[in-house]
Amino acid sequence: MPIKKFLLNTGIVVALAAVAACSSTPEETEVVDNTPTREVVTPRTPVETSSIVPGSQEDLEENVGHRVFFGYDEYNLTSEAQAQLSRQAAWLKQYPEARVRIAGNCDERGTREYNLALGARRANAAKAYLTSLGIDASRITTISYGKERPIASGSNPQAWAQNRNASTMLVTTGA
Amino acid sequence: MIRMPMKIFSIFAAAIAGAVVSLTPAVAQVKIEITQANNEPMPIAVPAYLSAGSETSALAQDLTNVIMADLERSGLFSPIDQRAYVQKLETIHERPRFEDWRIINAQVLIAGEVLPTDDGRIQVNTRLWDVYGNQQLASIAFKTPAENWRRAAHKVADFTYEQLTGEKGYFDTRVVFVGETGPKTDRVKRLMIMDQDGANPVPLTDGLDYDVLTPRFSPTQQQITYLALFDYRPAQVYLFNIETGEQEALGAYRGMTFAPRFSPDGTKVVLSAERNGNSDISIMDLRTRQTTQLTDNPAIDTSPSMSPDGSQIAFSSDRGGSEQIYVMNADGSNQRRITFKEGRYGTPVWSPRGDLIAFTRQHQGRFYIGVVRPDGSGERLLTESYLAEGPTWAPNGRVIMFSRESHAGGPVSLWSIDLTGQNLRQVTTPGEASDPAWSPLLP
Repeated sequence: MPIKKFLLNTGIVVALAAVAACSSTPEETEVVDNTPTREVVTPRTPVETSSIVPGSQEDLEENVGHRVFFGYDEYNLTSEAQAQLSRQAAWLKQYPEARVRIAGNCDERGTREYNLALGARRANAAKAYLTSLGIDASRITTISYGKERPIASGSNPQAWAQNRNASTMLVTTGA
Repeated sequence: MIRMPMKIFSIFAAAIAGAVVSLTPAVAQVKIEITQANNEPMPIAVPAYLSAGSETSALAQDLTNVIMADLERSGLFSPIDQRAYVQKLETIHERPRFEDWRIINAQVLIAGEVLPTDDGRIQVNTRLWDVYGNQQLASIAFKTPAENWRRAAHKVADFTYEQLTGEKGYFDTRVVFVGETGPKTDRVKRLMIMDQDGANPVPLTDGLDYDVLTPRFSPTQQQITYLALFDYRPAQVYLFNIETGEQEALGAYRGMTFAPRFSPDGTKVVLSAERNGNSDISIMDLRTRQTTQLTDNPAIDTSPSMSPDGSQIAFSSDRGGSEQIYVMNADGSNQRRITFKEGRYGTPVWSPRGDLIAFTRQHQGRFYIGVVRPDGSGERLLTESYLAEGPTWAPNGRVIMFSRESHAGGPVSLWSIDLTGQNLRQVTTPGEASDPAWSPLLP
């Protein structure tokens, strides 16, 4: 996730630090290790919980999972994605002050403009599911990066599957 | 000695009204038919432009090289190596020894000179000679500041192209595009502008606050509309004034706005507006800033492009299950699908001539650039690649430029191809480049 200079209010600066932390995840490992669905459903044992601030982006990523994945040219939620969003909803109920931004992303196998629209659909599909589980819509904003913000740099089916996602990012921390 | 009058045109850096008009409509015996594929390029001779003194002689050769490069890249002309020329021209105002130019099989001789003017500018005089017809075809002269010499060369190439094909050229034009740097997972995308031959590339944005995508020229050439992609708020359509550098967000939409394109008269912008995840097409009047929604469909409606007469809008939609191209009236009525074949069809772009719509097609893991008539007939695929998208038309509707990755993971670069499907060429850019948009002919 590229971080660019941008006028930030203090609320967003917190999220910036959290996002920067996630960008240090080695992407190659993600591609090689897991199919996207497996990564989502694999229960993560909280390791070294002492170093993770509860209610932080790191907490969301390490102990809940912040990304759900989609099929090619799809925006419907798989059962794995629904299960993961259910965990996100539970986490958001645990931290009622937390506000999030859901970013929709696409693989490179589509035109730029169509993918911007598709990314918006994916982000909104995730948002709609969270609100259906009782999360106030005002706590969730959406954004589409189209195919412009891949997390896996490869040009192969594994990388494309990684890059078809909706990622939940903390805007206001719940801690 | 024959002294023929030369009409003189001035080229200014800033836009001025008026265009180059061809001179005496000589009955051209040499002519190129540019609608047919596989034509052998016409052999032409372009000796170094004559110059009055040493200070203009280097410039004269540079100018000659630009003329030759323009004509060669069009695929319609084959400039003959200057070292093969038999006659050494002493003046351009006398009939050349046509037999000397026939020896090297030149069909046309472009003879020119660069002269300093009293007011410190240069005057570029050019005569086109029909070598086998033993006559002058046409002549033209341009006056311009010396630093503007490349534009004078492009004007000569456009003049030659028009005299020999009967159609306007496209060499005195510019291209806006997106310059890409950094790894795929951390790309920086800047708005850039250059001459159509790749000269004078200049970045227009710094890439710090936002990435630039899908820039498009206004027909007035003073403005660009593009998409600004932010990290922390939805992407938004911007206007950029080339002369002043001023930028402004276009309108206040609640969601993302994207896929902007000017109307042919430059007074409106068609775009996609997203709300709650659904994208529809709107049109905004740039004077009143009034927005009218044109499509209202739960499908993705995007990539609108107006016909040159302003009466129709082509766009892409997945309302039929997969992304296909549709055409509607400019008021949103009579929406009808025009592509029906396998695969996905996107980014329709109406030709400046109005007769064709260029598109991007995806099928079985490959990308294609193709064209189709507005009624859906006559579909042709021009080129295929791992990635090929974002077609833009040369102002004469004969050449299409687009983004291309020749293989998976390869660099993205700009390429052009003739409407015939011939003459695939890479366009020189300083680094990786995408999303080209061709300007109209400069005045």
